[in-house]
Amino acid sequence: MSTHDNGHEAGHDVVVHDGDALPARFENPGFEKHHPRMGDLDEGANKKSERIVVGLFAISILGTLFFLIAYFAWPPGTNAASMRRSNVALGLGLAFALLGIGVAAIHWAKALMNDHEKAEERHEQRSDDETRAGAIEVLKDGAADSAIGRRGVLKGAMITALAVFPLPIVLALVGNIGEDWNIGQLKHTMWKKGTRLATDPLGRPVRAADVTIGSVWHIIPEGLEKQEHPLDEKAKAVVLLLRLDPRDIKREQGEGWSYDGIMAFSKICTHVGCPVALYEQQTHHLLCPCHQSTFDITDGAKVVFGPAKRPLPQLPITVDDEGYLVAQSDFHEPVGPSFWERLK
Amino acid sequence: MSTTAAPTRTERLAAGTADYLDQRTGLGAAVKTFARKIFPDHWSFLLGEIALYSFITLIISGIFLTMFFVPSMNETVYHGPWASLDGVQMSEAFASTLRLSFEVRGGLLMRQIHHWAALIFMAAIVTHMFRIFFTGAFRKPRELNWLVGFTLLILGLLAGFSGYSLPDDVLSGNGLRIADGVALAVPIIGTYASYLLFGGQFPGQDLIPRLFTVHILVVPGLILALIGLHLFFVVLHKHTQYPGSGRSNKNVVGYPLFPIYVAKAGGYFFLVFGVIALMGATMAINPVWNYGPFDPSPVSAGAQPDWYMLFLEGALRLMPGQAEVVIGGFTLSLNIIVPAMIVPGLLFTGLAIYPFLEAWVTGDNREHHLLDRPRNRPFRTAFGVSLLVAFFILVLAGSNDLIATHFHLSINDITWVFRFLLFLGPWFAFWVTKRVCLGLQRKDRELVLHGHETGRIVRFASGEYIEVHKPLDAHERWIRVQHDGIRPLEIEPAEDSRGVRRKGYRIDRVRQRISKVFYEDRVEPVTPAELAAAHSHGEHDALAAGDAHAEVTAGVGAGHASDHRDELAADARDH
Amino acid sequence: MKALAARRHDRRAPIVLLLLALLLTGGLYAALAPSASAAAPTTASADDIAKGKQLFEANCSTCHGPSAAGTGSGPSLIGVGAAAVDFQVGTGRMPAAMDGPQIEAKPVQFSQDQINQLAAFVASLGPGPSVPTEEQVDPSKGDPATGMALFRTNCAMCHNAVGAGGALSRGKFAPNLWSTSPTHLFEAMLTGPQSMPVFNNANLTPDEKRDIIAFIDQQGGAAPGGLDLGALGPVSEGLWAWVVGLGLLIGAAVWIGAKSS
Repeated sequence: MSTHDNGHEAGHDVVVHDGDALPARFENPGFEKHHPRMGDLDEGANKKSERIVVGLFAISILGTLFFLIAYFAWPPGTNAASMRRSNVALGLGLAFALLGIGVAAIHWAKALMNDHEKAEERHEQRSDDETRAGAIEVLKDGAADSAIGRRGVLKGAMITALAVFPLPIVLALVGNIGEDWNIGQLKHTMWKKGTRLATDPLGRPVRAADVTIGSVWHIIPEGLEKQEHPLDEKAKAVVLLLRLDPRDIKREQGEGWSYDGIMAFSKICTHVGCPVALYEQQTHHLLCPCHQSTFDITDGAKVVFGPAKRPLPQLPITVDDEGYLVAQSDFHEPVGPSFWERLK
Repeated sequence: MSTTAAPTRTERLAAGTADYLDQRTGLGAAVKTFARKIFPDHWSFLLGEIALYSFITLIISGIFLTMFFVPSMNETVYHGPWASLDGVQMSEAFASTLRLSFEVRGGLLMRQIHHWAALIFMAAIVTHMFRIFFTGAFRKPRELNWLVGFTLLILGLLAGFSGYSLPDDVLSGNGLRIADGVALAVPIIGTYASYLLFGGQFPGQDLIPRLFTVHILVVPGLILALIGLHLFFVVLHKHTQYPGSGRSNKNVVGYPLFPIYVAKAGGYFFLVFGVIALMGATMAINPVWNYGPFDPSPVSAGAQPDWYMLFLEGALRLMPGQAEVVIGGFTLSLNIIVPAMIVPGLLFTGLAIYPFLEAWVTGDNREHHLLDRPRNRPFRTAFGVSLLVAFFILVLAGSNDLIATHFHLSINDITWVFRFLLFLGPWFAFWVTKRVCLGLQRKDRELVLHGHETGRIVRFASGEYIEVHKPLDAHERWIRVQHDGIRPLEIEPAEDSRGVRRKGYRIDRVRQRISKVFYEDRVEPVTPAELAAAHSHGEHDALAAGDAHAEVTAGVGAGHASDHRDELAADARDH
Repeated sequence: MKALAARRHDRRAPIVLLLLALLLTGGLYAALAPSASAAAPTTASADDIAKGKQLFEANCSTCHGPSAAGTGSGPSLIGVGAAAVDFQVGTGRMPAAMDGPQIEAKPVQFSQDQINQLAAFVASLGPGPSVPTEEQVDPSKGDPATGMALFRTNCAMCHNAVGAGGALSRGKFAPNLWSTSPTHLFEAMLTGPQSMPVFNNANLTPDEKRDIIAFIDQQGGAAPGGLDLGALGPVSEGLWAWVVGLGLLIGAAVWIGAKSS
């Protein structure tokens, strides 16, 4: 090392003189030198920064004024264009009012405020032993004063009472929150023998002859709008009506459930309940847009892709004596997503 | 400020107010302690503030909205400027949202500000949380604050979901339908859970009023309380700081609260609110009039929830359906339970317990106030990245139909790719990230030991060519050598001196094994001895005597006449 | 000219020449290329049918068979009606070019007169849906409220709530409707092209079809809230929240934390 001492002292921060021990780890070199800003050295630059800050606050004030004027000058109006103009004008006014202040404050802090770093000491989070001992002392004193010592039954009674007192509130809340708790409703829909199939949403009954091959009809039960809670019923009763060439049908869910190639399936996906509304005419697939469950209509609405497990329940249909399509009965299984007691 | 002249009117007013308050509250003590409190300065410390200020924006815009929104599912007929919905029957909730958007001046602006702020709130929470994770700011004494923050994340999800469902439109209504389907899938109590949420059958009459209470009272109340606790902890523990010259585990280096952070943080609030207002002014969001009032029959292509719920959506889309089983006549919908409950459960639990796992595995129970550079903790960084990748793949999977239309791909193929990527992606990301971290650490070591390559080639008389390296100055070097190289845990032997098996050995062995996984692959920081050794056989770095001085003088700092003595002094200086 | 000649060896000369050439060819094309007009014929003459037959034999018989009865490559056109031809050829889908999950719209290859002739020929092969009249597709005569109610039940699941388009399975998709003409909208509903189901006049009456056309006519324009970001829903909104919102705010944070000069 000594041959390098002269030439390389300067290049080495850790100079080894024989006999010295090196520290195990490097030591903190302490603060770096403070570099003054232009504004600290040059009065002109400082004034310029000040003018910028003032200008930014002025922009904010202008933004506020713009908002106030636009509020009265440009009402939303009756068409999308005037609504957009109102929104953009008010919004830009507000945005500049806010951004002006924000940028001004920050520029002020960066350019004009004192930028010398300061250090503060940290103390250990833990209380010192004396304080801890003191805390334990006061707790012990309090416990002694409370006369709770060695009264096991008293402790037990207190804990039990405190543990159970919330039950009345919980029971009243939870007990009533499910209204009638009639979960059996999940297993039935409003379809009955003879209910006519009608178009959704206008409610026109459908003639079998009008359902041509390749068409899809979105169906609700006739009389839906007269129900007490139409949406609740609709959420179970919506149906898709399609017509296939009977030779294309490989399998049906029940004997005689279709009418001359016209089939009706529940529209509620058996995955988590979205409407399975997409019908791909050429592949005879029903596709649910939420999670892409795909059902093959020619094969009893079997699932061919996606996270659903069960086929869409088929609604048995036939025609009445006027040629309108009607249901033969309700669905033969609960519609929609699976639940624990679905098969019970 | 001291004045020799008589106090001005403002000064007298200020003094009088201060005196009034202090006599009644003893405010002086708090002002003395807190006004000049030091906070460290780094841009990444502002991420949490984005979340805080966007939350305040949510409250301000939210109060405005509550003045006009009607949280009722009673039916009404809409008559108003929007032609496509004129004469249509809809809930009061939806109708009031339309009126708010089209007829209340600034109503649409406030709605859009509110919704953009919600998206940014969640994005900021995630970004902030991962900054905390990657820099190890969750270590003692801040583990509790990590849990508080984690709870805020979950509450944020609830706030967002309940909020965007309030207008009772088709898009959010289908989201609620999916939530109902997930509730139904819960074993044994699923049907009751569904009836509990909706007050009976779906959609029922109770849902919107209930969501309203949850959204404007219960969840914001909890969030406000927890934010208070979160900030209290920050003040109590003092803010962490990045390592650097002059910074240690025993100090905080930065600027005082008043006036610097009053200006910077206060100004940042205006920036956050301003940027959100700018977005609300120019970018349309959640146009519920296009979706229409909720009806269980229609659905739109591109049916997704807000971005922060996409991980659930993606999980639901990826799960194959065969998983549903029937046991003894009871249906167990694993095809829903796994993606909607187990996968998020695992991901979130992993995130929540990580600080405790890491503390257990390192056996480290010292206080940590200096942040880690992510490269110095390869396992943690890689773990965080792989969690992010898993979430991101789920988010992409939730958008698979939009990816399909945008890039002309088959949605079925995309789904299959993501099914594999969900497992392979995080694994691969972990491996790559860990390698990158170790590589960066090695680069740091190289730099410390050998200095910067100057690009100056020097030829000796003997014919040898060397490249001149400029050694790092003490400040540059410090940041690269200050961290602790954590080693795998050492445990006491299985048997004591008399051959008796120690109780608790099994657990210790597990702990040691996990510790090895964490820390076996490691690069340790350069020590002074190693640097000295490097210089002793680094003759190629040597130059002729005269040149050496000139070279290093130029390198260390302009204008220092006796720089090498400064360097020694720097080392000797205690912190 | 001297000035130009003096610069003929300039480095940038080739670029300028290229741009001029592009402008010239583009301008000529725009001026001379046939444009698709909106007028639909109501009657077809025997002359039209004969001309249509010629066009058919030259352009369509390869896939659809010499007598339009279909081959392995293309279905039978007997009974598809003039409406189907007007739609398929009028949107450029036919003649089909590439193999793919579905046949996509591309620049129209025939003039409207030629399309009318083709339509007349196919209509003569067997009765089928005919091209709608102008009045039948006039958006100003339709009720957009009824149109929206029908659209969201029958159409939005594939085409998206405002007709921005959506994904079907295996790479197929339902296209964006904003630049589709009212006539082509009517014809598509009536004839059910490719994956799209047929919405016959009993399912959606002609008036209801016109209501839907009136609704679509209002879409794709200025959104009240500002830029519509593609009208694609929460995914694009989330993307922009991250890119614009967090992007700007993190940029601002970096600025705040940076040392001032």
